[in-house]
Amino acid sequence: MSYFRPGFRHPELPKNDLGYTKQQYEGAISTLCAGCGHDSISAAIVQSVFELSIAPHQVAKLSGIGCSSKTPTYFLSNSHGFNSVHGRMPSVATGANLANRDMIYIGVSGDGDSASIGMGQFAHVVRRNLNMMYVVMNNGCYGLTKGQDSATADVGSRSKAGSVNRFEPIDLASVALQLGATFVARSFSGDKEQLVPLIKAALSHSGFALIDVVSPCVTFNNNPGSTKAYDYVRQHMQTTSLVDFVPMAEEITTAYGEGESRGVTMHDGSVIQLHKLRTEWNPEDRQSALNALAESRERGEVLTGLLYVERDSRELHETINSTRTPLRTLTEKELCPGSSALETINNSLR
Amino acid sequence: MQRINAVNDFVIKFANVNGTGSASANNLFAKAVFRMGVPVVPKNIFPSNIQGLPTWYEVRVSEKGYLGRRGGTDIMVSVNPQSMVRDAQEVEPGGYFIYDSTKPLDPRLLRSDVQFIGIPLTDMCLRTYTDPRQRQLFKNVIYIGALAALLDIEFGVLKDLISDQFEGKEKLIAPNVHALEMGHQYARTHYECPLSIRVERRDLVGDAILLDGNTACGLGAVYGGATVAAWYPITPSTSVVEGFQRFAERLRIDPGTGRRNYAIVQAEDELAAIGMVIGANWNGARSFTATSGPGISLMTEFLGLAYFAEIPLVLIDVQRAGPSTGMPTRTQQSDLTAAGYAGHGDSKHVLLFPSTPKECFDMTAQAFDLAERLQTPIIIMSDLDLGMNEGMSAPLQWDDARRYDRGKVLSAEDLDAMSERFGRYLDVDGDAIPYRTYPGTHPTKGSFFTRGTSRDEYAIYTEDGAAYVRNMERLLGKWDTAKTFVPAPELHSAPHQTNTGLLYFGTTTQATMEALDLLAEQGIYVDAMQVRAFPFHADVDKFIESHDRVFVIEQNRDAQFRSMIINEMDCSPAKLVRVLNYDGMPITARLIASAVSAQSAAGAAAKDTSPVAKATKVTHLHKGKVERG
Repeated sequence: MSYFRPGFRHPELPKNDLGYTKQQYEGAISTLCAGCGHDSISAAIVQSVFELSIAPHQVAKLSGIGCSSKTPTYFLSNSHGFNSVHGRMPSVATGANLANRDMIYIGVSGDGDSASIGMGQFAHVVRRNLNMMYVVMNNGCYGLTKGQDSATADVGSRSKAGSVNRFEPIDLASVALQLGATFVARSFSGDKEQLVPLIKAALSHSGFALIDVVSPCVTFNNNPGSTKAYDYVRQHMQTTSLVDFVPMAEEITTAYGEGESRGVTMHDGSVIQLHKLRTEWNPEDRQSALNALAESRERGEVLTGLLYVERDSRELHETINSTRTPLRTLTEKELCPGSSALETINNSLR
Repeated sequence: MQRINAVNDFVIKFANVNGTGSASANNLFAKAVFRMGVPVVPKNIFPSNIQGLPTWYEVRVSEKGYLGRRGGTDIMVSVNPQSMVRDAQEVEPGGYFIYDSTKPLDPRLLRSDVQFIGIPLTDMCLRTYTDPRQRQLFKNVIYIGALAALLDIEFGVLKDLISDQFEGKEKLIAPNVHALEMGHQYARTHYECPLSIRVERRDLVGDAILLDGNTACGLGAVYGGATVAAWYPITPSTSVVEGFQRFAERLRIDPGTGRRNYAIVQAEDELAAIGMVIGANWNGARSFTATSGPGISLMTEFLGLAYFAEIPLVLIDVQRAGPSTGMPTRTQQSDLTAAGYAGHGDSKHVLLFPSTPKECFDMTAQAFDLAERLQTPIIIMSDLDLGMNEGMSAPLQWDDARRYDRGKVLSAEDLDAMSERFGRYLDVDGDAIPYRTYPGTHPTKGSFFTRGTSRDEYAIYTEDGAAYVRNMERLLGKWDTAKTFVPAPELHSAPHQTNTGLLYFGTTTQATMEALDLLAEQGIYVDAMQVRAFPFHADVDKFIESHDRVFVIEQNRDAQFRSMIINEMDCSPAKLVRVLNYDGMPITARLIASAVSAQSAAGAAAKDTSPVAKATKVTHLHKGKVERG
């Protein structure tokens, strides 16, 4: 674990289409434990935003409280960040998005932050289909307060201290699907190959995109008997399909045999390419996703990959018919009706 | 029997059943008096209920233009058998009790000192209408017609009001006018009209308007440039955002696309509402919410964040009687300390105290400038009395040359022109207000991390005690800066030299102004100061300093305003005398005047330190509403 990152970079580091190097998407040095799954997710976010050639300041990153919620400091330091209060990131993200619909919003939360104290706000941000990517760094425990079980801990899962969880877990992916989420994925912090294309797809989705990432807590919940440990997840991980993300205006080059591959074209023209699909699952059928999740849970497996996507998703701004211009850029001219309108109002009150 | 003889100076109270459409008929009465050029003070006294419970509507008619509640009832219009016993007892001797005489009156209700006037309202409705809803609604209109005859209200004024009210639904005009005529006819045929209490046309309202404070706040938010409103329904604040929406639907539609130049989200709770408001303001949009006491409790954690992270926001608190659910449809000024010091740790917030609908409009619009200038929450402390009752008010005004003060915000050009490093929490100008940037301003400059944890001047997380203290001290400095921006108090000097002062704010203003006249009639002269904002202006300090005794008038049990004065200023608590009203009804001039005069007499007689108050309406409370400091 290092406390210092050298400022020197190779002068010919690769640049993205906007001319930025990956360095310009990095954040401060992480203060999380060495080996923490969350750091891998931060790295995947950096890589995805860099490769998608999104200008760093066009992203706003928001979080609640907890280990996971610290991570926005560790990626995209040229983006504004907001570490709000415990469990309330969804509301802050909603307000931010209402103010400026043209930016890209990344919300980071944890299983305590979303599935316990923030369950209400989580449910409602899903319902509203706010245009944002919502990443849950899910480790089944409360890291920052030293390892208590969280609401996503599986029944029978054993913590480092030896206690066994007896309460039913909340599966955020299933809950989101039931609440009408328009993009739901699950991944594993140890599988960057899968995580990066999922993040890219989520960022391209118009509407609420949930990625529930199992992200082991190396300090408090990485022991034998824990279902959120690296070993357990590696042994029990199943995928819905292999995922490629092809941004708009790029050619699809990978060739697969017929019936093995399926492309989902997103609102912005980019394509999610899915290969080696599970036969009983359809990425555009909500019920199929719910069934697949339920069945894999029965088998003690961790089902990862893209679970569901709705291409004709209607995000909040469309539902409330707000102007296409970011609200924050409107001036007195558009906002203030002026004295003559006020005189008419006065007259109606006499 | 001695009758009350009064022209344009009386209180009439309507006792109705909630949910029967009575409020709009009673409003018709108030508006008719208003249109005859006579000042009116309507108050809707309603239950926390949608249908069935007793509800009252009180109209004070005041030629002298007093806009507070007077207390007492000269004419009771009793249309609700449930509350009849109590209503009959309430009438002042020499007054009138107007009732539905379809059924004979219980003889036990009769009083020899009150005149009873029966009108067979139900019977008239049953004979005229077949539809049950019509029978209910027109009963109200019939008694308004009868009152027109009894109190000499011009019938033409009522007819005009009906035409205005049903503009666009002209089919409804004739039946309403017919109902008015039925009542009018009945009263003229059966009673000597007018009564000894009556209305006479005057020219006393000028260009005044009748408007409720909540609508005025909503309109103030439209004019103040709010684009994002997030809220959770709660009485008595609900009509603030509804008012904003109603005006925005008319005045804020983009002409080219038909799309909305505003966004309203009904949140899942008050926590989410204030969270959204914080997010929107952080991202550069003017955003507000409205709530009442229970909502303030829920928003407290977020208010602390906004204070510490220095995020502008506007919050309209329409106070009701607490604690807990309290009396949700009754008024109080009891959220002062909860709002003023909301948040754990050391935090305090700017409060504005509107006293009229016009001030609701002005202060709401101004609050957005203040919030962005000071980068902190601005809380408007309205209450149910001001928010939900139509009040007579000076007309609303707007200066078209006025520009929004968006505060210290750096643009991309500003950032490029800067040679020094941008520090989000750096006091560059010495006024303790730092510069901020909106997200998305510049690809590589000016980004910072907003957090509720301690950080240094460059928004970098730190647990260094010295950096924390520097920041907390700067926030105190900003508090001092705020004193120079918030609305100044208004002084009303007595015509004679006096060592007694009155301090008041918000909705106690109207009753206090009237109390000053009542006291002057007794030869008691006091200086009075209307406080309009917290933190307190230096003039408040001087006012207390320059008087030996200062009565602090407020509508809560614990003298919260007085506590805040003691907390914020170097003055002796002993000279601050509590005058309290907290039964849920708006404070009256009578209560204030009797409390002050009783104390003045006691104070003059001896150095009396006992908390006993001689004021009427005061002693029936457990400890007395008036205590020595």
